[in-house]
Amino acid sequence: MSEIDLSKLPKGGKGFAHDFAADQTIFKGVPWGKAMMWIFLLSDTFIFSCFLISLMTARASTTAEWPYASEVFGLEVFGTNVPLLLIAIMTFVLITSSGTMALAVKYGYERNRKMCAWLILATAVGGLTFVGMQAFEWTKLIFHEGIRPWSNPYGAAQFGSFFFMITGFHGTHVSIGVIFLFIFARKTFRGDFDTGRRGYFTSMKSNYRAIEILGLYWHFVDLVWVFIFAFFYLW
Amino acid sequence: MEQNNKKATTHNIGIYLWIWGLLFVFSTFSYLVDWYEFQGLLRWSLIIFFMLIKAGLIMAIFMHLYWERWAIVNVLLWPMTAIMVFVGIMTAESQYTFFTRALFFVMGS
Repeated sequence: MSEIDLSKLPKGGKGFAHDFAADQTIFKGVPWGKAMMWIFLLSDTFIFSCFLISLMTARASTTAEWPYASEVFGLEVFGTNVPLLLIAIMTFVLITSSGTMALAVKYGYERNRKMCAWLILATAVGGLTFVGMQAFEWTKLIFHEGIRPWSNPYGAAQFGSFFFMITGFHGTHVSIGVIFLFIFARKTFRGDFDTGRRGYFTSMKSNYRAIEILGLYWHFVDLVWVFIFAFFYLW
Repeated sequence: MEQNNKKATTHNIGIYLWIWGLLFVFSTFSYLVDWYEFQGLLRWSLIIFFMLIKAGLIMAIFMHLYWERWAIVNVLLWPMTAIMVFVGIMTAESQYTFFTRALFFVMGS
């Protein structure tokens, strides 16, 4: 596998035509793992889009009053009700973990093993915090506010099913990401990407590009949350 | 794969910290939209504006799409038009459903 010198290829629109007219690989300089992760994320985008479009359809077509998210997700702090407080904190936690992941990718490419591993671990802890807060939110809504997928005391009955489906699917993505982040933190600390130690499941050698691919997944989870925050909680 | 393990040139740490900070700022702004209880068109346009800025920054810088070649950027972004078309179809559909429901409540069966 020889490296392609990207600087010799045409760029922009000409590069686009050049790459698509190529006889072997279209995505020049993109390792297959990264291309496949992007394709997977594209398909995931469609799934989340379908969820959010269904939310839009249900909300626009119901004659019942839609629950006011700002009130439903408010949190009582020192006797005053702060709207969307927990959701705002979750947003900041997820953005923070996205930042540490971006830096982990950078240090990975610079062969700074320790720094890279610590940043992946920080990302995993951030993700775990997010899932923990989501579990708290679900517990509060299910046991204290009586929200169910088929009914809730605030208004339109569909609200609950969309809430559990959308945040549940996103939370599953975060949880899977956290598991992989912990695995990759361990692999990085052990130096797998320097020594070329074979993976347990894949039995293939890997390198620091794997961290960029993992990073793509993690940033995508953050990206989806941006849309959920806008359309479910703020709208 | 050995040649892949050469030390690659990377971006300055500053750009990541900048984007990180900007994401915090824009998230705060979108939270403030709710805090100050903006309503109607102002609320919706602000929500979408901050959402798109955040999504753009994450994809362009954190996911390195800004530095990728056009071939992959186009393959990833053009399908979004299909989603926008779907949004348009379902908007029309939901308005029709709402209309028939409202009609039912007024006229009876």
